[in-house]
Amino acid sequence: MPTSMQLTHPDISSEMIPKIDAVIAAHQKTSGAAIPVLRLCQDIVGYLPVELIDYISAGLNLPRSEVFGVVTFYSLFSLTPRGRHTIKACLGTACYVKGIREIMNRISSEYHLKEGETSEDRRFTLEAVRCLGACGLAPVVVVDQDTHGGVTPSQVKPLLEQYV
Amino acid sequence: MKKTRLQLMLCGGSGCQATGSQLFHDALEKELKRIRLDREIKIIETGCNGFCAVGPVMLVQPEGIFYQKLSPEDVPELVEEHFLKGRPVKRLQYVEPASKETIPNMNDIPFFAHQKFRVMRNKGMIDPEIIDEYIARDGYFGAAKALTQISPEQIIAEMKASGLRGRGGAGFPTGLKWEFAAKSAGDIKYVLCNADEGDPGAFMDRSILEADPHAVLEGMIIAARAINANKGYIYCRTEYPLALHRLDIAIRQAREYGLLGQNILESGFDFDIEVYQGAGAFVCGEETALMRSIEGKRGMPRPRPPFPANKGLWEKPTVLNNVETLANIPQIILNGGEWFAGIGTETSKGTKVFALTGAVNNIGLVEVPMGVTLRKMIFDIGGGIPKKRKFKAVQLGGPSGGCIPEQCLDTPIDYEEIAKVGAIMGSGGVIVMDEKTCMVDMARFFLDFIQDESCGKCTPCREGTRRLLEIIERICQGNGVFEDIETLERLSVVIKNSSLCGLGQTAPNPVLSTLRYFKDEYIAHIVDKECPAKRCTALLKFKIDSDKCKKCGLCYKACPASAIIWQKKEVAEINREKCIECMSCFEACPFDAIE
Repeated sequence: MPTSMQLTHPDISSEMIPKIDAVIAAHQKTSGAAIPVLRLCQDIVGYLPVELIDYISAGLNLPRSEVFGVVTFYSLFSLTPRGRHTIKACLGTACYVKGIREIMNRISSEYHLKEGETSEDRRFTLEAVRCLGACGLAPVVVVDQDTHGGVTPSQVKPLLEQYV
Repeated sequence: MKKTRLQLMLCGGSGCQATGSQLFHDALEKELKRIRLDREIKIIETGCNGFCAVGPVMLVQPEGIFYQKLSPEDVPELVEEHFLKGRPVKRLQYVEPASKETIPNMNDIPFFAHQKFRVMRNKGMIDPEIIDEYIARDGYFGAAKALTQISPEQIIAEMKASGLRGRGGAGFPTGLKWEFAAKSAGDIKYVLCNADEGDPGAFMDRSILEADPHAVLEGMIIAARAINANKGYIYCRTEYPLALHRLDIAIRQAREYGLLGQNILESGFDFDIEVYQGAGAFVCGEETALMRSIEGKRGMPRPRPPFPANKGLWEKPTVLNNVETLANIPQIILNGGEWFAGIGTETSKGTKVFALTGAVNNIGLVEVPMGVTLRKMIFDIGGGIPKKRKFKAVQLGGPSGGCIPEQCLDTPIDYEEIAKVGAIMGSGGVIVMDEKTCMVDMARFFLDFIQDESCGKCTPCREGTRRLLEIIERICQGNGVFEDIETLERLSVVIKNSSLCGLGQTAPNPVLSTLRYFKDEYIAHIVDKECPAKRCTALLKFKIDSDKCKKCGLCYKACPASAIIWQKKEVAEINREKCIECMSCFEACPFDAIE
């Protein structure tokens, strides 16, 4: 247990806490550990509630302001809950030239969610991401770990319906 | 390794994996086993082959037959016809778009024939997850030479003789950078690899890491020896899971072989490498920001001097090189600086890898000698523009670069020559644009990217890029005024001159270069309230030109909002009340009838 602080949050289950503690303990002696610790903890919980950030700061003996500053600086970290599935629409130049805007519009209108938002049923989170380096397949949409290339607006619905 | 009759070099790069190379792999493996050919035919999963446009791809060695767009259904025919009866399957081979001719041999396909492989010499030739295959192609021979035969001073002398310049974009001479760090006093020094490939449209570093990770490790070992560093970090984007995975394997294998760790090759020299995952911030590709990020902080740049060669990571002397730069190094040490300088131009030596994308037939990775013209790269290697459209511009250098028009296409690729026409070499993203691309919208796209990624530390970049974006957005909306052009130009110069780091200093380039060559498009938006390329939705009428309409109904089928009224043999019409302005009909219409 890194500190005497108690971690309680509705989205953090009792099974998650020992895992979080293990991550913090493994990095306590390394300098510059904030980013890897935040990433691993976000993998466990799904996002980074403020209570968790406080807990990590105490565990790593870093100022809260510094850790919070890191969270808000990097686009990987999320302060809000996320959907069961993450849709990443690539906004790289090649995808842009090949019409990713139209794909984004279609996703927005079909599932009533805007860029950066999570749908009310927490099914999807829509993210616009920087170049995924798969320009040969542009326009590219990544759902969870699956890369879908050459997507057309009419394919959006059948594609996303596979993810429940 | 046992010798087999045929080796099937199946591409397992990110692009081919996304188009289903794994499914094909499984089906092929099963079939070969079923008919007991698996002893004489070996499947080797390679890194990115480079020709991503036609993936999944496979090269049959030693014959050199190239197959493309493979799917599991092709397996029985391929095995029966080619691998059993020796009759290559024509329908799975490459067809030249212009002549419609089938080209069976990889080396005859123009996409490959015009390239010169140095950095990518192992791509598609080895299994990147097996260190022995890298060693069999002279791998780690350069490191062995650097550690046991020549002195650190000689390493630096070879690097200077080679004329190699940083491939991350700025083009600083690598040998000189190492010399500064070597001379810098201190017991602890670091070698960093910049694998935070953030420019949209650039993916050469990802491909190198996926196809040949040991080349990068070897380059780092040599750099470490030259400056006497014992610790290295590879800062890699978290968006590249396959590259991260292969780096982990490569580092583990190199440690097992005694090529990393203590007393490497019994030379008494210690060096080890750790991979550090980025967390999604474009500015972290800037060297001082990258170092802050490894220190676990917000990745913000700081003013230089002091330069990283004197005070870098944790305030210690540090050398930071890009992936492609490092991948060049083993061969320079092995073959000598003079050998490397044998190709290229006066000021730019060796080859450069480009990621050719956008409106071009052959999308993929391309390695060419410095000095080749843009025209050759786009039309000979790239196979020209698809859909019979016209070439408009080529964007070089990502958000820090610029757009180059038709009349400058004979510019040779060289750091100085590219700068003269208003772009930069950058990391090597080449995005081809056809007549359907609006240049004002392109400038808006890059500014949107830059102002979002600006770290906010210095005012000219934080505020200036946002104001530039506001003005361009106004122009795209049809609310621009004539003075906007002058304001854009003036503001751009201020941002260039007064920003803290490379991000801000180059941020106005997309605006300046489009203004330089495509001012008429800006004027069309401002004065005529028209978008000539029909991209800026606010300036479109969403009306069908009845003279151009061929009554085919394609727009009707494409419309997701049922806003198009159409019957056979009738001109289509758009119901503006239902229309959601999604542009689907514009894309669908082959006759350019919608305005």
